[in-house]
Order: sequence, then C-alpha cells, then structure tokens
Amino acid sequence: MTFMKKPNVRHPGLRKNELGLTRRDYEGLLSTLCAGCGHDSISAAIIEACFEMDLPAHRLAKLSGIGCSSKTPTYFLNQSHGFNSVHGRMPSIATGANLANRDLIYLGVSGDGDTASIGLGQFCHAMRRRVNMIYIVENNGTYGLTKGQFSATSDRVSKSKKGEANLFEAIDLCTLAIHLGAGFVARGFSGDKEGLVPLIKAAFHYKGFAFLDIVSPCVTFNDHAASTKSYDYVRAHNEAMDRLDLVPEREEIIAQAEEGKTVTVRMHDGSLMRLHKLDDTYDPRDSESALTTLRKRYSKGQVVTGLLYIDDEDADLHTLLNTTAQPLNAVPMSDLCPGNAQLAKINKSLR
Amino acid sequence: MKRLNDFVVKFANVNGSGSASANLLFAKSLFRMGLGVVPKNIFPSNIQGLPTWYEVRVTQAARRARRGGVDVMVAMNPQTYAQDLAEIVEGGYLIYDSSLPRPFPRDDINVLGIPIARMCADAYLNPRERQLFKNVVYVGALTALLDMDFKVVRQAVRDRFKGKAKLVDPNIEALKMGRDYALKNFKCPLPVRVKPGKAPKDRIMITGNEATALGCVYAGATVAAWYPITPSTSVAEAFERHAKKMRLDGDGARRVAVVQAEDELAAIGMVIGAAWNGARAFTATSGPGISLMGEFLGLAYFAEVPFVLINVQRGGPSTGMPTRTQQSDITTCAYASHGDTKHVLLFPGDPKECFELTADAFDLAERLQTPVIVMSDLDLGMNEWVCGPLEWDDARVHDRGKVLDAEALETGPEFQRYGDVDGDAIPYRTLPGTHPSKGAFFTRGSSHDTYAAYTEDGQVNAENLDRLTRKFATAEKLVPKAVIRRSSQTGKLGVINFGSTQAAVREACDLLARDGYKLNAMRLRAFPFGREVAKFAAGHDRIFVVEQNRDGQMRALLITEAGIPAEKLVSVLNYDGMPLTPDWVRGKIAASIESDKSVAAAMQLSVRAM
Repeated sequence: MTFMKKPNVRHPGLRKNELGLTRRDYEGLLSTLCAGCGHDSISAAIIEACFEMDLPAHRLAKLSGIGCSSKTPTYFLNQSHGFNSVHGRMPSIATGANLANRDLIYLGVSGDGDTASIGLGQFCHAMRRRVNMIYIVENNGTYGLTKGQFSATSDRVSKSKKGEANLFEAIDLCTLAIHLGAGFVARGFSGDKEGLVPLIKAAFHYKGFAFLDIVSPCVTFNDHAASTKSYDYVRAHNEAMDRLDLVPEREEIIAQAEEGKTVTVRMHDGSLMRLHKLDDTYDPRDSESALTTLRKRYSKGQVVTGLLYIDDEDADLHTLLNTTAQPLNAVPMSDLCPGNAQLAKINKSLR
Repeated sequence: MKRLNDFVVKFANVNGSGSASANLLFAKSLFRMGLGVVPKNIFPSNIQGLPTWYEVRVTQAARRARRGGVDVMVAMNPQTYAQDLAEIVEGGYLIYDSSLPRPFPRDDINVLGIPIARMCADAYLNPRERQLFKNVVYVGALTALLDMDFKVVRQAVRDRFKGKAKLVDPNIEALKMGRDYALKNFKCPLPVRVKPGKAPKDRIMITGNEATALGCVYAGATVAAWYPITPSTSVAEAFERHAKKMRLDGDGARRVAVVQAEDELAAIGMVIGAAWNGARAFTATSGPGISLMGEFLGLAYFAEVPFVLINVQRGGPSTGMPTRTQQSDITTCAYASHGDTKHVLLFPGDPKECFELTADAFDLAERLQTPVIVMSDLDLGMNEWVCGPLEWDDARVHDRGKVLDAEALETGPEFQRYGDVDGDAIPYRTLPGTHPSKGAFFTRGSSHDTYAAYTEDGQVNAENLDRLTRKFATAEKLVPKAVIRRSSQTGKLGVINFGSTQAAVREACDLLARDGYKLNAMRLRAFPFGREVAKFAAGHDRIFVVEQNRDGQMRALLITEAGIPAEKLVSVLNYDGMPLTPDWVRGKIAASIESDKSVAAAMQLSVRAM
C-alpha cells in the first residue's frame, strides 16, 4: 500500500483532547505491514494512549532497531522525531538520547529478533542501567521480513508454517526483565486493545525502565494451528492477571477498592495506578512471586498478561549518575567550557 | 665516553613492582631542570610479572624523538639481563642490584653494582615497602651519578605525594639512601651527566590522552560512552576525572554523563543517540573497537549524525600488540563501514595538538554533520611528551553547525532534513522536542529522500550519495591544513608524514640536511586532503611517505584520494611497534636516495655504452 497517500480528511465532529488535538493528529504514515498484522493494533493502541493522555507528541522520541516491528514508529506520532537505528542497537541509541535530554519521553519499539537475539546484550544493559524509557517488544516469535525463520522467543513446542520443529528453548523476555532490574514489566496481547491501552499508559507514567512484551501474531508466517503465537492460541490460553486503572494526579479517587484485591501504586509523576488483581496468588511488587507465577503458568502453556511486576524505587540512570536537572543538550557553553584561566592552572600542574 | 645533557637512560623492571612512579619522578626532575626529556614506557599486556622498560632520552630542549641505544642501563629485572646488557652502547654503564653479585660478560662497559635489595631489606620491615623503595633507591643513586639537582628531585617528590604527606619523608629518605651509596662508592658524577638547561619555562609534560580528554572538556562534550581498551582507556578516565571537577552545577550535580558501556557497539550507539539529540558526545577506542563500531559509523555517516571518535591506535591486525604503537588503522578509518562511506580524520602530532584538534573535531563534526575521527596512537596517547602549554581562546565560539530552532522553523522555508539549501551540501537538522508541529523527521540508515522519508527510488538515493560526496569536498576546505617545512626552495625531494612520527621525522630531516640531503617536509593533519597536499606533491619528484604500518596505507590514500602518481611516493615503513628513531628514518631515506643515485648512474653508463 506504499503507493497510497493517507488522505488528510478529518471529520469535524472528532473528539478533541486537552491540547485541542484529535486522535488523527497522533497518527503516522500509512502502514506497509501485512493486513491484519498485530503490530498495527499496537500502533493503534499507542495512538489511543497518547491521545487520551494529552501528550504533546513533539516531546516524545520514538526509537527502533530493524525488523517489521521497528518499522512501526513511522505509522504513529508523525510529530515526534524518530530514529530507526541498526539491528539490535536501539537500547544504546535510547540510552544516549536520554542522557542528552532527560526531559523528553523515550519510546523504544523493537521485535523479538531485534531484542532477544541480535540485541539481547544491549536490552539487558539498558535495563540494569535503569534508563527512563518505555521499551515495547512486538513479539511474534518469527522473523517476518526474512520470511518466517524461528526467533529466540519461539516456544519449543511451536512449529514453523512449513511444519518444522523448533529445536531450542524460548527466551522469556519478561522473566529476563524482572531478573535484570526493569522496574515495570508487563505483557500484553495485540488482540486485546482494552487491556493494552491502560498498560501503555501506565508505562508512560513510570519513571525508569518500563518493559512491555506484547504478543503480536504474524498473520503471514506464524498464525497457523501449530504456532503458540497465533491469534487463536493466545486467545485460548491468555490469562489476564490484573486490570489497570490510571488515576491522574489531578483527579480525586472516589471508588473504594476492594480490600486485598487492589494494589495502589503512586507513580513518580504523582498519578496513582490502581491494579485490580484477577489472581490472588501473586503480588506484582514482589519479583519472586512474579517470577514464580510466570514460570508456573508458562509450564501449563498459558500466556499471562497484565502488569506482572512493578518496583516503585525512584532512581533512573540520571539519578545514579548524579547529572544536573537541566537537560545536558541545553547547558550553555559558558557552563561547559572552563576557559583559559583554568587551563593555565592545569598547565601549571603539568610542570 | 663523555656525554653532557645528551644520553639515554633505560630502566629494566618487572611489571607491577611500582617502578613506573619512580621512573616518572626521574624524568620529571630532569624536565624541571630545563632539559629536553623523551620518556617512553615500553610495557607488556600484563598486570604483574612480565618485563617492562622505561626509557628516557635526555637531550636539548627542541628534540622530542626517541634516540635508540642505551648509555645507562638500570637493570632491575634478572629475567632480561642478557637482553639489557646487549643494548648498552660501548663505553656505557650498567647499574644493577648487586645484592647477589654476578659477572656480566662484556668488558667494554662499566658495571656499577648497588646492593639495592639488601639495603631495602635492612631499612624496611614491611615487604611491600622493601619492594617499592628499591625503585626510589636507584633513582637516588642516579641523582648523584648524573649530577642531578637534588633540590629539584626532592620537590618533585613533594609534589608527587601532595595530600599524602606521610609518604614524602620515607621517599626522600630512600632517595638519600641511594644517593649516599653512590657518592660513597663511585666517582660521582659520571662522565655521562647533566647540567641545568635553558628550556622555555612554560613547557608542560603531558600524555596525548590527557590532552585529548581536556580537548573534549573544552569543546563542551557532555556525553561520553566508552568501553575499556588499551591504549585509549585513559582518554575516557581523564575526561571523567576533569569533568567531575570542572562541571558541577550549584547543587553539586554534574553537567556531564560518562557511561562505561557493555561493549564498543553500545558505546558508539550511546554517543550517536546523544549527538542526535543535540549533546556534544564522543567515544574513545582502539583498533578492535573500531572494527566493532563499523556498522554504526556507516549509520552516522549516512544519517549525518555528528560526533567525535578518538582512535588511539595500537599494533594490529586482530588483537595484535595491545601495548605497542602503530598507525595501521588509516584505511579502515577512512572508509569504515560497508557501502560507500568516507570519514573525516584528524592527525595530531603531539599532545598540544591532541588538545587542539580534538576541540576542533567537535566543531567540524557539528559543522559537517558527520563523525570525525581523531587518529592518535599509543606512543602519542600513553607516553609523556614535553610540549608548549595548552591554550584556549576565551573569545572562541563553538561552532554548533546548522541546527534550526523553533523560531527558524516557524519563519523559515519548509524543512527538508537532507536538502542542500546553501550549496555546500550540508543540510539543516532539528533536535527532538523543538516545535509542536514542524521539523520532526525520521532518522534512518535506509535510503531516504530530502525529507528523510524512506525511498527505494535509486535515482533519489544516488542524488543523496552525490550530495554526500559534495559535502566531503566542503570538508576538504574546513579541515586543518598540512604543515609544510621547507629546507630548500628548489629541492625535488620531499617527505610526508603524520601523527606521532613527527618528532623523529623532523630530527631525521635535520640529520639528512647535515649529510647534504635537503628534504622539504609536509606533515598531514587531516583527511580529506586539502589542495596543498597535491600541490606539494606536484612540486617534488620523489617523496618519502613515512608511516607505521606494513602496507603503506597513507601512501595508498594519497594515490587514491589526492591523485598523486604512485611512482613519486616511496614508502618508508616501520611496524615493529616501537616509536620511530630519527636515525632509522635517516638511514632508510639516505639508503633510498643512494640506491637511486647508483641506479641513475648505472643507467647513464649503459646509455653511453650503447
């Protein structure tokens, strides 16, 4: 569909957000992905979330690597700067960008090949550095652009479209993320927009590394009966762990939550996140319990979704490096260049 | 053998025994006495146990090259006695630890035994002190043997241990112990000795890496990401040390972010991310890191992201000789990454230029919107050099290049990220977060049109590549010019060199002039080559290209990129990992000229015979 230009037509009655923008203002170019691709649903959920959060799109930078998923930042938030980097290296680009300007929002979009194989190292290190960003993996268990090879998140029991068996164990990115220090770990399903939009919103409110593993079926190469990442399989095995409500700082909480069933987390921007647990057996603030739940459910063939883990410690990479509050790219040269008098002192120390 | 202010002392030590600090104290004291000193640390890739050497040439102030040959050997490492003994020139001196006396099978040198280990065993109880002070004892002995000004040495100790007062007196005691032994047991001073020199007072002693790091501080770099690798590690460490002191805001928070990355790929990725977002950013690495950074260098070239890459070259190929020097990354850096890529390279010739060209590199990178690679090397980067003071013009304005702000976007013409608006092939860029509805674009390594939109139109891609070629032509006009030093207006012989070989080549030219060979010298300071480079070549019949690699990489670049006829350029190549000596350069060039003469004479003879 690359030959088609997206028509710039707007219905006059479209709902506007607080910035006076419509949902259309958060869109991007026309997608060139296959019709029905899960990734397009994720793009739509991002657009929805940003619209509803009244986000000024130019204050967000969208970053990606290489692959079908990494193409998607072109298809949302046209007013945001984007950086389609090299394969598996988006985390380092995001880390550097964040160091240069801590005031912007960084949204990284990657895929299972980009993150779990070629980029596994950078993914791990961005998490342990607590880079303040939202990191989305659009996880379809296959290499779509190169026509259907297994990826490192393909389940051992899953088969390729041609019926080949997968020889190797899957890497579970959520488990890894909890182990390595991601403070916000969630799994979504591209086929469940209602569950997805609140997860994305909550990730935006989180200060630190917010990881979203979104199962996103590949309609061309991995949506068949023997796949564990097909629409049918995920729908049949999806176990939602919780349902999220995000209460912005300015709104008063009215409804009383049911004791024991609801976890309230104050986000660093002052908003409250209320998590209604659908499963009593685990606490998302306890990494051990989250890991155990993930492992147990996985062994039963279930795909758990929802917010799996949250750590409300307030320390991102800038806190750890003790960088100044002003974005580094805005510090004037007069504050950066020490001048000749200082150099004369240095010369003196070298004599 | 009589030598006043003109000799070489070499220390043969065991790595990890604490000798580096004492040896530097020796060099620093001579420097403070107003002499020319050329210290070279010849060290192994090892933490403890392997042989290591430290060589100091004492010379007139203007000389900065290693000389070769050893007049005074301080042999503290029995592992290398045989090798160290062989290096001493006839009539020279061997100083050794005679706690266990032994014969040395040479009768043309003078052997001075000092029972250093025994003296230290008697004076100290702590085993670590017994070891460390051995080094200070031999420096003490040298102060008497070479007639060094003891007040200067004592002051150097005080400065060295500033803030650690407890260490000052014991070190001075150890110095005295060695000095007294020498005065009592030998005829001091030796015929090889020093007297205070008259070098300019403003000189400094600094490593290239330290100066490079200061260049980054003064250029206003705020983001550095790096991965440890010899010999570039000290660039990042020195940058962090200086920036932590000089870049604090009112609350004690830092106006700098330094990240030790997980590898070189991540290091350069972070730098590109930061530079894309408007910070001045750099990374420092060496050969293996350059190989790993290749993919990202291509992205930055093609997406036009400005940053600075410091390459402190070491011996290659592969892991090669991590602690030896070479200039063997010329080709790989000039064309780093797949596809048609070319990069701007700068070649500093001493630490002062490391400072200046590194600061310039940031301006050039942002002006040209491309990576700029500063090509240092281990000799330049890790050894102490004596050079003029570092200077900064406070009126200097950092050139931040073509960046559009919100107002320019509001009032200016339609924004095209990769359009050539000014005819210099350099486009305008915008930073994320600038304007709510104007100036956003998508940075990508895939082929793109002038709006940065993805395109598979081959013609559009070819036009973009052509613009990048024109941009490189703009770079040619902006980079620092080659420095030409003429010894003859009419002479047809020339020499081209670059980087740390400058010290040796300059001295070699003086030696050759004394022999009657007047060569005009051109020191390259940048790639792409300015017009002066081809012009210099056109004015000479035979030009020696001195470089420290096997394949004559710079010569090849001169042929390909400056269009200099190959037959004019004669390679003078060294790749043994050691800094060049003037004598070696002189020998190679003289031999080549001589053989040319004999060839020419033979040809004339044969013509006559016909």
